[in-house]
Amino acid sequence: MLLTGAQIFVEVLVEQGVDTIFGYPGGAVLNIYDELYKNSDRIQNVLTAHEQGAAHAADGYARATGRTGVVLATSGPGATNLVTGIATAFMDSVPMVAFTGNVATSLIGRDSFQEAYIEGITMPITKHNYTVRKVEDLADTMRSAFRIAQSGRKGPVLVDIPKDVTANKCEFTPKAPELIRTVTQVDEQQAKEAAEMINQAQRPIVYFGGGVRSAAGCQPLRDLLIKAGMPATHTLMAAGVLGYGEPHNLGMLGMHGSFAANKAIAEADLVLAVGTRFSDRVALNPDTFASRARIIQIDIDPSEMGKNVDVDLCIAGDAAYVLQAILPHVNKTEHKLWMEQIRSWQKVDYRPQDSETELRPHQLIDELCRQAGPEAVYVTDVGQHQMWAAQYLHHTKSRGFLTSGGLGTMGFGYGAAIGAQMALGRDQRVIMLTGDGSFHMNLNEACTAVSYHLPIITVIFNNSVLGMVRQWQTSFYDGRYSATDPHRHTDFVKLAEGFGLKGYRATNPAQFREALADAMKQDGPTWIDCRIGKDERVLPMIPGGGDINDIIME
Amino acid sequence: MKKETQNSQPADRRRVISLLVDNQNGVLARVSSLFCRRGFNIDSLTVSATNDPAVSRITIATHGKDQEIEQLILQTERLEVARQVFELNADNSLQRELLLLKVACTTANRAEMREIASIYNSKIIDLSPDSMVFELTGKPEKINAFLKMFEGYQVLELCRTGVTALERGGKHQHMQKPPQEVRAAQLPLPGTHCPTP
Repeated sequence: MLLTGAQIFVEVLVEQGVDTIFGYPGGAVLNIYDELYKNSDRIQNVLTAHEQGAAHAADGYARATGRTGVVLATSGPGATNLVTGIATAFMDSVPMVAFTGNVATSLIGRDSFQEAYIEGITMPITKHNYTVRKVEDLADTMRSAFRIAQSGRKGPVLVDIPKDVTANKCEFTPKAPELIRTVTQVDEQQAKEAAEMINQAQRPIVYFGGGVRSAAGCQPLRDLLIKAGMPATHTLMAAGVLGYGEPHNLGMLGMHGSFAANKAIAEADLVLAVGTRFSDRVALNPDTFASRARIIQIDIDPSEMGKNVDVDLCIAGDAAYVLQAILPHVNKTEHKLWMEQIRSWQKVDYRPQDSETELRPHQLIDELCRQAGPEAVYVTDVGQHQMWAAQYLHHTKSRGFLTSGGLGTMGFGYGAAIGAQMALGRDQRVIMLTGDGSFHMNLNEACTAVSYHLPIITVIFNNSVLGMVRQWQTSFYDGRYSATDPHRHTDFVKLAEGFGLKGYRATNPAQFREALADAMKQDGPTWIDCRIGKDERVLPMIPGGGDINDIIME
Repeated sequence: MKKETQNSQPADRRRVISLLVDNQNGVLARVSSLFCRRGFNIDSLTVSATNDPAVSRITIATHGKDQEIEQLILQTERLEVARQVFELNADNSLQRELLLLKVACTTANRAEMREIASIYNSKIIDLSPDSMVFELTGKPEKINAFLKMFEGYQVLELCRTGVTALERGGKHQHMQKPPQEVRAAQLPLPGTHCPTP
């Protein structure tokens, strides 16, 4: 059938199973939005306040479900506003397809109104990107974009569509979505070798990251931990893959990881690294990281092998398939002495003091877990609150903790929470944890939550300063608080009213308990301004470039 | 990729990497943007057509330790436009470069320069009363040696194309990406979905 580019755009989205997109209209995408208007029963466009919010929403949608998030923006400023969102998805390997309009092909390269060379701008922050120059290429280009986003190591793909391409007509033939491509085969010899190394080890440990969450499944990891009697520690990106309180789970590793997890990595004689990239927030000092251990690395992306830290054996493949191949060759054992040793480190690990009168971050989070429960999806911004959330939340869902790890994007949270809530429905409890610094960056998206009646509860850890940077200034810059005390007088309760949502303020644990209980009963978005001390720190902490010997516990 | 101690790292040496890439616009920008971002050093880079109109060959001369070159190859392979990326072994490949060299000359020194040219099998492709242009094709080492001979003369301009290279013998690279395995979209392995405990 003969269709316009805009009609083809809608048909291919439907063909790819897309029912929700996040976007913002503009001149270059008028034809597309006209077609979306006619097809609003098939595809819902979620209109955000800002394109950055739309990009984070598509990202949050993808993180919460594993499906590909879709964002649509107009040319020029619309396209450049996506950049932070795309880079965030790229660093955390989140499958996403970003569509941008562009000026008509006859106007490209002439510095036309709202023209930006978005293909060039996003080249280093996408898996791949395209400019569609003729309508005949549109359908297949869009299909490739969806295939690439979900194949191998997942990531964002951008498709730039000039306005005349959306108006021109061509013959359209529907196609079924392509199968995604991944590495399912495992070298049996390598699997045996890895199993042999695990069998020989006295003090083995698994260190896993976001790759396990993206893999075909995480049961093989759990099976391996039980069979080989190994403990496991995870990165920020993998919080929730193993549940809170599971006996093998030592919690988070790295700069703000637990003492026990960091100590165990330092003392281990074998580290099995799964779906993780030895980033500088975990392998803070690549020369001393796991220096007593032989290292096996499993990753779907061969370019991660030995990129940051030298490894002894690397196996390229989907973590689920590789671990499943290793499993039969592993001896059933328990490392009793090793586990006892780890338990003794856990006993001396950092514990914050409770308070009845003041709000303390860990108590806030405890109360959240009590009321919102293990089934809630927790979304964070970036900073101290993010680390507290990673440390103290009782993570139980593989896709229950959405956070910007690699890029560390302040302002990520509200958009992502909107995406997650749209993906999972209004019955799913979505909690957003943020700091007053991060929240000021993108709180404009509150209007979106109001428009779509999304019952997102936002907990603002308000210390009235830029806490994480301030903490570094306390520790490493002799308390010279340069540009971290903004003297803002934002009244979050009044601000909430202005947006048409409900705001609360809490200055002590009892107030917070009540405010949260009330917020849980509301249909629409709410937020709670929680006043915490400006000297609250995230502990433990290993300074950048350091190791377990440099850990700060008080 | 095995652990190596710092001092057993092999020293930097000249390496030639061949990239077979999709012949479409923007490919060179993608490759050079990647090298710039990852901090890979490039000595020369050439782009040329191949026997398949859909494929271009980019030949890169660079230098670095084994591990750095391995990263360069692996990172380049991640590009959607990259079909094959491989290092050409110095002993088993043909490497050529073209030089154009313009030297000031007088009737007095013209003869001695012609003699150098004839020893190196270099052609004189332009002659004017006060200058000569030489053309020379050869391995980069040969070109370096030839240029060294002109150190005593007044070189006005020179231009080198950078290395272009092929493997010896009947072996040839496949122009296609190695086939990827296919798994049904977003279906978990049987019995491996994550249960909530």
